[in-house]
Amino acid sequence: MEIGGILAYMVSLAIMAGIYAIFCLGLNIQWGYTGLFNIGIAGFFCIGAYATAMITTPKPTGLYAHYVHQIFGLNLPFVMGLLGAALICGIVAFLIGIPTLRLGEDYLAISTIGIAETFRLIFNNEHWLANGPRGLMGLPQPFQGLVDPKHYNYIYLIIIVIIVVIVYLSIERAIRSPWGRVLRAIREDEVSAAMSGKDIFHFKMQSLVFGAMVMGIGGALYAHYTKAISPDVFTPLYGTFIIWVMLMAGGSGNNKGAVLGAYVIWFMWTGTTFMTNLLPYTLKARAPYIRFLLIMILLEIILIYRPRGLLGEEKKVSKLVD
Amino acid sequence: MLEVEEVEKSFGGLAAVSECSLKVEEGSITGLIGPNGAGKTTLFNVITGYYKPDKGKIIFQGQGIDGLLPHQIFQKKIYRTFQITREFAQMTVLENVMLMPEQQIGEKIWNTWFRPGLVRSQEKAIKEMALDVLEFVELIDLKDEYAGSLSGGQKKLLELARSMMAEPKMVLLDEPGSGVNPTLMKKLIANIRKLCEEKKITFFLIEHDMDLVMDLCNPVIVMSEGKKLAEGTPEEIKKDERVLEAYLGGQYR
Repeated sequence: MEIGGILAYMVSLAIMAGIYAIFCLGLNIQWGYTGLFNIGIAGFFCIGAYATAMITTPKPTGLYAHYVHQIFGLNLPFVMGLLGAALICGIVAFLIGIPTLRLGEDYLAISTIGIAETFRLIFNNEHWLANGPRGLMGLPQPFQGLVDPKHYNYIYLIIIVIIVVIVYLSIERAIRSPWGRVLRAIREDEVSAAMSGKDIFHFKMQSLVFGAMVMGIGGALYAHYTKAISPDVFTPLYGTFIIWVMLMAGGSGNNKGAVLGAYVIWFMWTGTTFMTNLLPYTLKARAPYIRFLLIMILLEIILIYRPRGLLGEEKKVSKLVD
Repeated sequence: MLEVEEVEKSFGGLAAVSECSLKVEEGSITGLIGPNGAGKTTLFNVITGYYKPDKGKIIFQGQGIDGLLPHQIFQKKIYRTFQITREFAQMTVLENVMLMPEQQIGEKIWNTWFRPGLVRSQEKAIKEMALDVLEFVELIDLKDEYAGSLSGGQKKLLELARSMMAEPKMVLLDEPGSGVNPTLMKKLIANIRKLCEEKKITFFLIEHDMDLVMDLCNPVIVMSEGKKLAEGTPEEIKKDERVLEAYLGGQYR
């Protein structure tokens, strides 16, 4: 491969890792700081992606409408897609939170994974909603005409980096403040936090909704990157568990760790494709499963040798006035 | 100040608290003693909203507070500590204490983004107050340690620090002396007395250490089998036959 090709490949890796970093930051609010066991990230991923697809593309007309079913299409700009995705994910999280946040944490986990699968299957089976298994395509990309389409990824990488920084800074500010202190107290001991005058349900709800909004932005950025989405993307493995691996590896309870974990694991995950290419012919058919195995072994090694991840939670978190 | 009127709480067929009525006077340090299983901690849990009473009324400063949620009870300025301390283990001692003040501006997420100046100035004030409180209970040197890494006795002091930070009118202490060495115990007693006298905080405490109860509390209430059995000064309680019977089973009469 010539050098330009390698560079382009690295850029595409960095974009995907950046998108995953946003999911990790969202999960870190919920799990890392509040202890909410959300294993339905894929659900918010899915909703964020579909929301922006329907907001930024026009509703199909004429002959085209016979082939593509889409409940609405607003044809609005990219930024509106991101904001809309965040808003819709926030509303969905709020509705999910009403019944589930009163449950103990194991039940929250069970219900979130169920809800995530339900969303995926609804998008898969309800053709009138968003074209069923064929999905939606033709999502616009911002600043598309600015450079040769061959080099467009550089622009998208810049957009991703800017959004990661904005999301990171806004989460950091909230976590370093008394708001974050209450979340961490809830994570440590819910009963004691309630006896200390904190309204547990409201704070958990805020954490769930804020985290889901961040995940919605992640889903939207993914959709505009690939320009086409279909329900088979939002499986528990790619939509949820790899994000958990990233957060565990990077360091739950540390936003820098969340971003670092996303990059480290994504580079390793794609690295395993090269490794499986070296496998003998007879094992090649099993390559995807061998990759899962490798990534899970990696997670176990991290959990044994660095149980708090590469960057653990800092000792002093509330340091607004240090 | 606090009136418990015929409160009942059962778990399945077992009445942990049954028709229990008692009063705690303002400005007092009232002791609550009784044999194991008498329903003392359950009564505390009912008062602080952890359980809803099946029957009966709880009145604090003339207002009914039964059936309120724990954080609403806190807002009425009642704070409680636990028999087994419940600190926020993975947070520093200072953060544990700084959590306490009610309605902090920075607890609203919008304010952390859009009114950072206000949040910061309040945070500064809270921090100063927290440092003062930690100075008072002599935990200042440990302020940046994880609360989980403190010793059992230090955790009791941390609970006391947290209760001071909450600026309560009344504090319910569930066995403040258990697992505390004698030196620390003296400090604890002195601190409770000082808070009662200087800050006019009413204390209501469960304790098994009779030295502590006799030294600190007046009046003392005795509970047995979910009911109030007796009430009086420490001297009266020591001599009360019913109390001896409840504790010792009557064979020493």
